[in-house]
Amino acid sequence: MSLSPTGQNTTRVDLLLVADMIEVGARVLDVGCGDGALLKTLIERRRVDGRGIELSQAGVNSCVAQGLSVIQGDADTDLDAYPDDSFDYVVLSQTLQATRNPRVVLEQLLRIGRRAIVSFPNFGHWRVRASLLFGGRMPVTENLTYAWYETPNIHFCTIRDFVDLCDAIGAKIEGGVALNGSGNKVGLQLPWAVWNLFGEQAIFLLSRPR
Amino acid sequence: MSAALDSIANPEAENPSSLIVRFGPDKPLMLDCGVALTPFQIAYQTYGTLNADKSNALLICHALTGDQHVANDHPLTKKSGWWLNMIGPGKVFDTDRFFIICSNVVGACMGTTGPASQNPHGDGVWAIDFPVVTIRDMVRAQAMLIDHLGIDTLFCVAGGSMGGMQVLQWAASYPERVFAAMPIATAPKHSAQNIAFHEVGRQAIMADPLWKAGRYIEAGVRPEKGLAVARMAAHITYLSEPALHRKFGRKLQDRDAPTFSFDADFEVESYLRYQGRSFVERFDANSYLYLTRAMDYFDLAADYEGVLARAFKGTKTRFCVVSFTSDWLFPTSDSRAVVHALNAAGASVSFVEVATDKGHDAFLLDEPVLTATMSGFISSAARARGLAGGAS
Repeated sequence: MSLSPTGQNTTRVDLLLVADMIEVGARVLDVGCGDGALLKTLIERRRVDGRGIELSQAGVNSCVAQGLSVIQGDADTDLDAYPDDSFDYVVLSQTLQATRNPRVVLEQLLRIGRRAIVSFPNFGHWRVRASLLFGGRMPVTENLTYAWYETPNIHFCTIRDFVDLCDAIGAKIEGGVALNGSGNKVGLQLPWAVWNLFGEQAIFLLSRPR
Repeated sequence: MSAALDSIANPEAENPSSLIVRFGPDKPLMLDCGVALTPFQIAYQTYGTLNADKSNALLICHALTGDQHVANDHPLTKKSGWWLNMIGPGKVFDTDRFFIICSNVVGACMGTTGPASQNPHGDGVWAIDFPVVTIRDMVRAQAMLIDHLGIDTLFCVAGGSMGGMQVLQWAASYPERVFAAMPIATAPKHSAQNIAFHEVGRQAIMADPLWKAGRYIEAGVRPEKGLAVARMAAHITYLSEPALHRKFGRKLQDRDAPTFSFDADFEVESYLRYQGRSFVERFDANSYLYLTRAMDYFDLAADYEGVLARAFKGTKTRFCVVSFTSDWLFPTSDSRAVVHALNAAGASVSFVEVATDKGHDAFLLDEPVLTATMSGFISSAARARGLAGGAS
């Protein structure tokens, strides 16, 4: 089971999509690596030199017991120690919304890595909107399983919000994928507004501001 | 040697029930204090078999009051080895796959040269004429042992507490000779609080009239009371308040009511007195002074312009750092400082903070998370080293 903050178990597709974005033999840091499923996938499929950071002890234990190089740490506080350019890719998978300061974290990712890959649940998805509009309650969906009072996800954003943040810090969006509820890609050529409505989660490949 | 001396001197100090390598005047141990220690000897134990290409050697570094008897019965106390739960066939340090070495550190009292050894320049033992040694000196001596065994690169160096300091020093001093490193419940430098505790212990020993300015062995006596108090004070720091509470609480020892005296009314007092008493039977008081001093002096970053990351610059060693939530002697923040330095150096590092209420001593105990962590790390390192098939 995945230990990602969204509490979901449907990450296989997004793992493979992330793997597709990374070249063979790259140096990769997975921030919020959970039980190591992505790192394992990347090591097996892309032969990367992979490292991880994970907050939960259960996640770290599981990773280290599998022989992965993972440290117990916090995306908000433990990225400082990494030097500039120490990785080809820094991945933040389903974790951005659980950080205290997503903007600083995003800047850190792009400082440490040449590229950053960020995936997150899209709060602009129609089901989320409908839940709030018609139900009048904070949405609890298959992908966002926590009630508002116990959720670790303190900084939800929509795909459009995320694109705005990338603009604000000058990050270049090199690629992106939105996945619908069935884990299929939302048409690549469609405008942001469509992604934002039908994408349950999004994965972005970013490069450093110039 | 007088009869009194025979009974006081620890026979293990000079003629240990261990393997010994003796280094003559051609191979002095160059100490940080400037002294060339010669002649000197190292007492060590081994378990398992060294493979043909000598790639499966694993060095265990012992803690302050530990010794080389890591997986066999202790020659003095007859108790089982201090890391027997980790070492043996099929265990974390699998003796079917690895050749495990553990040597008594320089300055100790179980056969490696220390203050209880004969002083070649005088009639009796070194006592406090023994030069002050450092963690780096201990590691230098171990490197001489490894050379003597014909081993170029150690598959792994592992140890907790003072042993962990040696692991860090190994990784810094001989990065190309350490394939994997496992520093457990340790720190890159000894804290002011820890130096303070050590000073209490040393003062207790030196305040004992039987310490005789360090010359107690020649006088045929031992500063048992002082050493026992030092051990009692230190032992508290190895535990935690919750663990003490769980184990003893305010329970009385074999009595229903307080005796209105200074007897050991409480179980915890009785326990500490026992710890102190049994310690003096196997440990030399002067060694305790020297080894605590070595820990006090340890500050790895100081040798690298104050920047810990520089100690690990360019390292290819893979690290597994472990700390314990209730360890207040070597708190997680110390381990995290090591992890951050390793990150900054771009090293391969795993780090687990084990949740336990057992305090610093947790590294010696059966902690399933510790075992799983160490086992996962060692297995993957063995695969990377091409040792998956076992010793052959």
